[in-house]
Amino acid sequence: MNKNRPVNLDLSTITLPVTGYVSILHRLSGVVMLVGVLALIWLLQATLKSAEDFASVQKCFTSIGAKIVIWGILSALAYHLVAGIRHLIMDMGIGETLEGGRRGAKLVLVIATLLIAGLGVWLW
Amino acid sequence: MVRAATSFGRSGVSDWIVQRFSAVILAGYTVFIVGFLMLNPGLDYATWHALFSCTAVRIFTLLALLSVAAHGWIGLWAVITDYLTERVLGCKALPLRMFILATYAIITFAYVAWGIQILWGK
Repeated sequence: MNKNRPVNLDLSTITLPVTGYVSILHRLSGVVMLVGVLALIWLLQATLKSAEDFASVQKCFTSIGAKIVIWGILSALAYHLVAGIRHLIMDMGIGETLEGGRRGAKLVLVIATLLIAGLGVWLW
Repeated sequence: MVRAATSFGRSGVSDWIVQRFSAVILAGYTVFIVGFLMLNPGLDYATWHALFSCTAVRIFTLLALLSVAAHGWIGLWAVITDYLTERVLGCKALPLRMFILATYAIITFAYVAWGIQILWGK
């Protein structure tokens, strides 16, 4: 292959369409969760260790800071899940046209926003 | 020629399939745990401990952890091979990607081992 073929993948010169934002957020939320998994495994260990440790985690969750961290992880998870389901639906050949892709992307943003808002209500 | 020596399954199609199967497992596990937490608002230690004493739940959790390891590897590989490229970083790109994937491999292996200890330890 010609190594000097013209390419432009310089993201700073490209205006992202809505599908692009949905894609980059999918990646970003995925990377966030790779870090978030550490917190989740730590939580699993702490809550299963003993009744005392369980109680201290529960107490910890009354603080604003802990709630914001867990809301952040769950929001990344909710978004990633919705955007991932869109991928699976598109794998079945649904919403693969340009217009279908745009509509699906907008739908992902709406559903994810509702879920994240719902998570906030659940946590507070 | 696509050099895919660091991709998860050494083949794009294999990665594609693993990414989807692990995604479905993780989606199921998420619904299971979040659903359990939502159905048990005043959750106490005994109920929570009983849930994870169940062999099926332990196996499901280990399966989810292994899915995270594979899914995360494929996702991270896709992200770093797109952005940390020779075009952007020159000859530093490959060692940097290798370093990130090696670090991820060690951390994710630790996650899995730690998970097994939490689930079957004591």
